[in-house]
Amino acid sequence: MTSLGSRFMRKMKGAMLSWMPGMLTCMEFEIFLIDYMEGTLPAGQRRVFEFHIKICRECREYLAAYRYTIELAGRAYDDGSAPLPDEVPEDLVKAILAARNC
Amino acid sequence: MVQDRESDDSRLVDAIRRREPGSFEHLVRRYGARLLATGRRILRDTQLAEDCLQETFIKAFDKLDMFEGRSGLGTWLHSIMVNQALMKLRKDKPGRLEQIDDLMPQFDSDTCRIEAPWSYLATPDELLEQQQSRQLVQSQIEQLPENYRIVLQLRDIEEHDTATVAEILGITQGAVKVRLHRARAALKALLEPLLRGEEMP
Repeated sequence: MTSLGSRFMRKMKGAMLSWMPGMLTCMEFEIFLIDYMEGTLPAGQRRVFEFHIKICRECREYLAAYRYTIELAGRAYDDGSAPLPDEVPEDLVKAILAARNC
Repeated sequence: MVQDRESDDSRLVDAIRRREPGSFEHLVRRYGARLLATGRRILRDTQLAEDCLQETFIKAFDKLDMFEGRSGLGTWLHSIMVNQALMKLRKDKPGRLEQIDDLMPQFDSDTCRIEAPWSYLATPDELLEQQQSRQLVQSQIEQLPENYRIVLQLRDIEEHDTATVAEILGITQGAVKVRLHRARAALKALLEPLLRGEEMP
């Protein structure tokens, strides 16, 4: 598609999402995204949000990459290379207790 | 279970206030490992995290009278630990991004999202199999400014709920959500070449 054609299509899309009932603009989608990810978006808004995912390629692909980012962050450190402590080293416990004469 | 833990905690706090032998040690052993893990994740340095743990328990002991039991004992201790760790981090500030505005999602004048087509999107399973990509993810997380990284760490890595993160950081839940979203969006932008299967810059 020519860039003129694609600009026209985006204008049409922007107008449709702004004015048609039951639609969200991409900017509104971004605001809803926070509560959608928290699972606290009310049912009606969730339906509108999920409909936007179906009709908007940009937001659908953005959301997929955003979800993978969260998963990557959550799992990036559990490789066992720097295991987190199960307990406090004994000398550190002693140092803490000694500092307050406990 | 939660109630058991809460009544256990309040008995323990009373015992420490009465200076009962062994009670403070019990507190250190009950919460120390989790706090140390948090400190190590923030500071990326075992020695600094251990110093921080020591300061946290000393502070907690001295301020125990101020603990009102509105938040859980674990959350209260966590909040002291996180603040101590952030203070250390500020003293020794490495080369991080100062702001993330340029990494935020882009929209055109018609409020439509600008997002280049994703012809390929690598899955977390694929990426985390390779140690090199795992380290890249870690290094990009560590580039985030600390007020964003800390929210991402507490919420997405340590998996505390939003209310607990808000209590630990002393900010509203709304502020946690907004900061978390900005942190995730910035990290997505930083990881984009990796996720698209391209060379990282």
